[in-house]
Amino acid sequence: MDFTELSAVEMLAMLQQGEYTSREITEFFLDSIRHQDQNIGAFVRIRADEALAQADAVDKTRKSGTANGLLSGLPIAIKDVLCMEEGVTSCGSRMLMNYHAPYDATVVDRLKRAGAVILGQTNMDEFAMGCSTENSAIQLTRNPWNRNHIPGGSSGGAAACVAASMSPLSIGSDTGGSIRQPASHCGVVGLKPTYGRVSRFGLIAFGSSLDCVGPLARNVEDVAILLSAIAGHDSRDATSITTKVPDYLGECRKSLGELRLGVVQEHFGDGLDPEVRTRVEQAIDQFKSLGATVTPVRLPHTRYAIAAYYIIASSEASSNLARFDGAHFGFRAEEMSDADRQSLDSMYLDTRQQGFGPEVKRRIMLGTYALSAGYYDAYYLKALRTRRLIADDFSKAFENVDLLIGPVSPTPAFAIGDKVDDPLSMYLSDSYTVGANLAGIPAISLPCGLSSNGLPIGVQLQGPALSEPLLLKAGREFQAITDWHTATP
Amino acid sequence: MGLTRADVEKIANLARLRITADEANAFAGQLANVLTYVETLNEIDTDGVEPLAHPIEQVNVLADDVAQESFPRETMLRNAPKRDEEYYRVPPVLGDD
Repeated sequence: MDFTELSAVEMLAMLQQGEYTSREITEFFLDSIRHQDQNIGAFVRIRADEALAQADAVDKTRKSGTANGLLSGLPIAIKDVLCMEEGVTSCGSRMLMNYHAPYDATVVDRLKRAGAVILGQTNMDEFAMGCSTENSAIQLTRNPWNRNHIPGGSSGGAAACVAASMSPLSIGSDTGGSIRQPASHCGVVGLKPTYGRVSRFGLIAFGSSLDCVGPLARNVEDVAILLSAIAGHDSRDATSITTKVPDYLGECRKSLGELRLGVVQEHFGDGLDPEVRTRVEQAIDQFKSLGATVTPVRLPHTRYAIAAYYIIASSEASSNLARFDGAHFGFRAEEMSDADRQSLDSMYLDTRQQGFGPEVKRRIMLGTYALSAGYYDAYYLKALRTRRLIADDFSKAFENVDLLIGPVSPTPAFAIGDKVDDPLSMYLSDSYTVGANLAGIPAISLPCGLSSNGLPIGVQLQGPALSEPLLLKAGREFQAITDWHTATP
Repeated sequence: MGLTRADVEKIANLARLRITADEANAFAGQLANVLTYVETLNEIDTDGVEPLAHPIEQVNVLADDVAQESFPRETMLRNAPKRDEEYYRVPPVLGDD
């Protein structure tokens, strides 16, 4: 049986009917990883033995009629940013190469309880800082559609493993577009939930007021069921939302009804690749054919979003990453070999010099500067005031439309190495995605075509806080009349 | 926004990052580019705009004051880069004098 032709929801039905076992499905995807991942590099750690043991355990409960988890027996890949009690969690960094987390992140815990079978951990930019996965200290991940191109990032491994049919489900994290942009570049679906909808407990922090954990898969229905499994209040995350979690799969199957779409004018300006524009405009027409009314919408402060985002994210990062000092966990630099006793300060300096990669250092420096005496008001506070204006733009837009539509990324995936020496141009590729993080609203990336050289293109829908059911419904209807999500590299 | 090598070295020290002379020069250029870009924010009038630090402006989240089990000492010390029985070992905190 070729399980790559099935959605996760379809596999679940087959598991429930006893047509296949979780072991058979798990072995299939482990084989797929063994055959393909040497050419892609999506996984940093494969947990074959643990996965098969988990699959057997689920099959046993299935036989005895007690398999009641939402994802019982379905394989999944976890981004290396979520703490896992077994084995190493490294966050793509030399700093954590030997780190054994003392606990499972809430999301990992919920997935295990839901019966998901964890295949392994996926590659990412170091500390989730980047949009190409080139900043991983562990390995390069290649785009399954063209191996000379980046898979996007920072959840590059998470998107690539779904695109290459190495896992039907995948978990990523999104601080400025890190789920949606790689999903777009790899031709899969990625959802960034409302801030606080999914617990951040055990998510290694980057920008705490921006970080969101979310699902990736080929089909919107699979994303919906996965979101149901991970969403919900967690008393261990003080920013977790208490609102009841709907049945996202049931919700997304309801009829769409009247949909008012707003086309974000600022997302179609200079810098947008003509092929991306064409494909996204085609997607807008397809939504029209589904009965959506489409009106132009303005988000006037969009052009300031990247500047505000990089100050806020870097400031929060410089504070969050202060914990990596070599004292309690993670990497510590070797003591100096000469007779001089090492001082505490030089331990910090050496550890952080050797443990962090260049992009992480750059962001720590930028954040430290923005928070330092004399510059705090000019940079950090200015960015927070701008953030309010950006969030207000969204609120005003949602007075007149249900969802916003536009591109995910200005271009299809660029070639490996193309932007390594130009951080600013790398940052600007997040232009359309950071707004949702600054405002805390949910957004979804859907495959909507291929470029002339065969690279996937994505369309983004953004909605007001807690509008995940509508985003998923719209996405499901879109996939019902398009077949981009069934294309494989 | 110009940044000198000395500025970069000062920031690096605040962040406890040791950087080489080459890195200092490279960072000076790259950070200056980013800061120049960030200064486009000065085009916006933000007078009277309340800073938004967090997307959910929650009031304090309270929990009952109930003692919970903590992690076993050995679990936490397993990650210690250097230990001395049940202590973390670090270089001298105070100087030799």
